[in-house]
Amino acid sequence: MANKVTTFLKDKLLLVWRGVIKENPTFVLVLGMCPTLGTTTSAENGFGMGVATMAVLIMSNMVIALIKNLIPDKVRIPAFIVVIASFVTVIQMLMQAFVPSLYASLGVFIPLIVVNCIILGRAEAFASKNGVFDSALDGVGIGLGFTLSLTVIGAVREVLGSGAIFGYDLGCGDYMPLVFVLAPGAFLVLGFLMVLFNKFLKK
Amino acid sequence: MKSSLKNMVLVLFCITLISSACVGLVNMITVEPIARAKEAAVKAALAEVLPEFDATEKSEHTADELLIVAYKATKEGEVVGYAIESATKNGFSGLVRLMVGFDTKGTILNVNVLEQAETPGLGAKMTEEGNPLLASIQGKEAPKTNLKVKKDGGDVDALTAATISSRAYAEAVARAYSVFKVVAGWEREVQATTGASNTNGGEASNHGNFEPKRGKE
Amino acid sequence: MELSYFAIIIGAIFVNNVVLAQFLGICPFLGVSSKVETSMGMGAAVTFVMALSAVVTWLIQTYILVPLGIEYMQTIVFILVIAALVQMVEIVLKKVSPSLYQALGIFLPLITTNCAVLGVAILMIQKEFSLLQGVVYNVATALGFALALVIFAGLRERIEFEEAPKAFQGVPIALITASILAMAFMGFSGLV
Repeated sequence: MANKVTTFLKDKLLLVWRGVIKENPTFVLVLGMCPTLGTTTSAENGFGMGVATMAVLIMSNMVIALIKNLIPDKVRIPAFIVVIASFVTVIQMLMQAFVPSLYASLGVFIPLIVVNCIILGRAEAFASKNGVFDSALDGVGIGLGFTLSLTVIGAVREVLGSGAIFGYDLGCGDYMPLVFVLAPGAFLVLGFLMVLFNKFLKK
Repeated sequence: MKSSLKNMVLVLFCITLISSACVGLVNMITVEPIARAKEAAVKAALAEVLPEFDATEKSEHTADELLIVAYKATKEGEVVGYAIESATKNGFSGLVRLMVGFDTKGTILNVNVLEQAETPGLGAKMTEEGNPLLASIQGKEAPKTNLKVKKDGGDVDALTAATISSRAYAEAVARAYSVFKVVAGWEREVQATTGASNTNGGEASNHGNFEPKRGKE
Repeated sequence: MELSYFAIIIGAIFVNNVVLAQFLGICPFLGVSSKVETSMGMGAAVTFVMALSAVVTWLIQTYILVPLGIEYMQTIVFILVIAALVQMVEIVLKKVSPSLYQALGIFLPLITTNCAVLGVAILMIQKEFSLLQGVVYNVATALGFALALVIFAGLRERIEFEEAPKAFQGVPIALITASILAMAFMGFSGLV
């Protein structure tokens, strides 16, 4: 019995872990690049975007796993989009109400979670074939992987570009190359982080 | 599940219906907190640009097709100052919104940038404390100040390497001043604050000059 | 202040290039940019859809969402409209001009999840453009997308022949190239 529980837990943990490293949405699957590049001007923004996306991902995965048998094949994608868009709108309104400053700094990228290929991709590839619980875990794993990547990119750009981390000033802001906070820096940092990821973490 | 026209339409309709209902519900719950958050943001901005006050009276104006909100701040019934929420679309990256606080004589007490998307480290310095833009106009009497950057013959110090952002800032402040003149009862109508490079920006000689409001476009 | 059409066009194509400055539509930018020819097809298809979506979303926002006071339904309505629009374009194109359909057909389904289309529709509403301004803005943005895509494809065709270190191959080197391209586009800033 105890054995069964441990293997069960191990299975589920692996499911989550897979999303973080082996199927990391940013560095391995290269999905959802727009928010990855657009919102990571600071660690805090990257983290906020990651969490918002994770919330939508978990909820949409669960709902889609729940109703997957009721949806006719031909309207599968539109039905998924409606579900996802509703959750995005809900998150959008909640953020506007309770974290207005973060909402303001993420701007247009919040409604754009709808077209984040990660979410539709997971709905199609995982949630439409698996149970509610597993789909939720998949959402947690992929969501964590996404959040982690965005936070790391944001942190690197913030340190290099404005000499601060999580808004904490390191006192060298005036000497840092500003370009890392601007558009080219986003591509550059993501490119080099991906190189490091390929070199050390991917088998 | 097999698709037929009937079940496709039915399922999509039901899903849309249920989701809209959920979204509508959340909207009902969040409408008040959103309004409150916005109100709190306005209050914080007001407190930053005005001396101590206990009540404000809001009025809305249109200047150059932009909606400008003015707040008349009073303490124990006496007017202590005016805060004007002004804007320009001529920033380096579009919209710049700021709030300018005036006392009753038109002295610029403080400027608080509410919204901007200028380049970090260059134009975005307008949000920092003690930046040259603010330093050059804070405490000055608006009627005696030419609210344009020095490059255009005005009195406002520009940010280094950010002339466009600086012009936008000066333009928005000048627009705030033209609305101030109306709410303070100096003039009857808001005058057009023309583009950043034009020659009309908030000069003292415009006093009592009731130009008709500029037509659309 | 009235923004002149010229300023909108230059701004949307060069200064605030949708891909290189605003980070919208990165997926097709990285995905469909290995050949100049396909990237031109994609650019044309996106321009076509964005011009249409500008008109439709603007009308819906102004005459349905705002009067009913349900602006918060914007995201849901817009994405559905765009998805439906893409489907319709596909069907109409197939009937009317099979040759054009052959050229653009394979790109059309990809456009639904191109965040540039939805993103620009939302930005257009945020900027409070009139209908004509909105259409001009959308088309110019799409042209900016096509321009970035074609230039980038040209660069990538060359990079194919170079031997990058193993960890750099594929997406990383593409991203670093994009970074340099973005720097070049920064030279346009302040133009408008």
